[in-house]
Amino acid sequence: MIYEVFRQERKGQAFQHAGSIEAPDERFAQWYAREQYGRRGESEALWVVERDSIMRIDDFVDELNRNYHRVDGYPLKEKLKEARARAGTAAPRDR
Amino acid sequence: MQERAQLLLEIADDELILGWRDSEWTGIAPFLEEDVAFSSIAQNEVGHARALYELAARDLGTTADELAFDRTPEEYRCAQLVELRLPGWEHTIARHVLYEQADAERLERLKASDDAEVAGLAAKIDREEVYHRLHAEMWLERLKDEPRFTAALDELRPLAEAVLDPSLRDGHTPELAELWDEMTSVRRSQPAGTTW
Amino acid sequence: MEEREREFLEYVQGGGQVEAGDWMPDEYRTRLRKFIEMHGNSELMGVLPEREWILRAPTLQRKLALTAKVQDEVGHAQLIYRVVEDLGKPREQCLDDLISGKSKFHNVFHYPTKTWGDVGVIAWLVDAAAIISQKALLKCSYAPYARIMKKICWEESFHILHGRDVVLTLMNGTDDQRGLVQEALDRWWGPLMQFHGNPIPADEDPMVIWRIKSQGNDEARQQFLDGYVPQIWELGLTVPDPKLGKDEASGRWHYTEPDWDELMHVVTGHGPRTEDRLDLRRTARENSAWVRSVLLAEAA
Repeated sequence: MIYEVFRQERKGQAFQHAGSIEAPDERFAQWYAREQYGRRGESEALWVVERDSIMRIDDFVDELNRNYHRVDGYPLKEKLKEARARAGTAAPRDR
Repeated sequence: MQERAQLLLEIADDELILGWRDSEWTGIAPFLEEDVAFSSIAQNEVGHARALYELAARDLGTTADELAFDRTPEEYRCAQLVELRLPGWEHTIARHVLYEQADAERLERLKASDDAEVAGLAAKIDREEVYHRLHAEMWLERLKDEPRFTAALDELRPLAEAVLDPSLRDGHTPELAELWDEMTSVRRSQPAGTTW
Repeated sequence: MEEREREFLEYVQGGGQVEAGDWMPDEYRTRLRKFIEMHGNSELMGVLPEREWILRAPTLQRKLALTAKVQDEVGHAQLIYRVVEDLGKPREQCLDDLISGKSKFHNVFHYPTKTWGDVGVIAWLVDAAAIISQKALLKCSYAPYARIMKKICWEESFHILHGRDVVLTLMNGTDDQRGLVQEALDRWWGPLMQFHGNPIPADEDPMVIWRIKSQGNDEARQQFLDGYVPQIWELGLTVPDPKLGKDEASGRWHYTEPDWDELMHVVTGHGPRTEDRLDLRRTARENSAWVRSVLLAEAA
């Protein structure tokens, strides 16, 4: 069986995918993961999980451009320029 | 002082020679993941030997390398179990299981030693041996119904007693001299004291 | 070339990365898998010349370092064959093809190791030549391979230091020990110069075109010479090539043209130690087949 290994390099960091190993069961998988990804003390911690248990999602839809919940949905440059002009506080670049 | 050194040499020689035998599998173990795993076990064993030799070396006024390499085969104090060249995986794992069981008991006694240095070193070694025991159990579980494995266990079990009881150690098999010959061939090619 | 292939080519040439499940042109997949498989084969076969010396290492530290180095190489083979398997070729099939001679491994691993001097020279210079190629593979368009290359390169860093340490200790030792290094270097120089492959121009090399390799063969060789010939000369060692030298104006090294026929002859399975090393692999594999059966049979 194939097991995927995720490793955390230092405390506080995210676990990242490190690779995969082949093992007959969980006990062997743990031994082998510890060896392949930690024998020189290079990992703080590992997550080991059967490949079949992992669900992959790589299809996402945004047909109608939902930029209202993203930063690029808020172009404020023109409005700010107008508001500054109105208040007489135009920034040097705006004049 | 001498008594402690002799005790340490018994264990160090066991770990060194077993480590040597186990390292023979590096590159040719049954499959790649196990190859990596078993190589770490071999390295740990040689590492334990080194730490034990270093302690003994202070008592004897020499160095770890000199103890490891520059004695004659007759002067080694290892048990016969570790000397055997065992090219079959069933035998190697059988020895691994038997040795770890005996060594666990031996380390428990050493951890209780009045000698703080010995007790301390035994505790350190034991913390690594936990993983060796896990590994041995893992394989035992898988192979326990395999006839060739149970035969190997039966064959080697009588030799395991001498690991725990050094008074049962009387001489070596011819395999130790062969191993020693190969082990020291480069070192002996230059005068004693040469740096490598 | 079909439209989809053309788009893919532009994509990888623009730095695009490819994952295991992505669509790939057949040519890309075939070349990629063959290349990666040869790398895996090389790591596995590279173990054999070195493991002989694990048993003869003359100090405890050297024994540990050499065992750890060889262990790393086995670990690299594991990483690499997993990548090949995810590209569609199971490990057992790779091992079948390696042992039968159907697939190849790098030239340097077909040669004998004769002395402790070889141990130093291999870890120092052969690993150095390999690491130059491996660093160039960090930019491989095939992402799973690029990712394992990161781990491989990181682990190789100690190998070269170990090699250099062994060599320096020998060079500072007895006349005999210095002789070991020079003699080993004399034997390994030829294979080292052939290691990076024949001088196919980078823009004609399909591996570079598909962005599997990011460096041409000649460029890799020049990098090796630039980095390591000074290191060799500063120890008072000689290189067995009277034409070896650097043209200060162009910055390029000139040398006797390596024997490309020898390289072809060796990698097609006719090296001095090819057959008995493959035999060793075959025997080890046959003798342990029962172990794999037992584990497979009881797999949950």
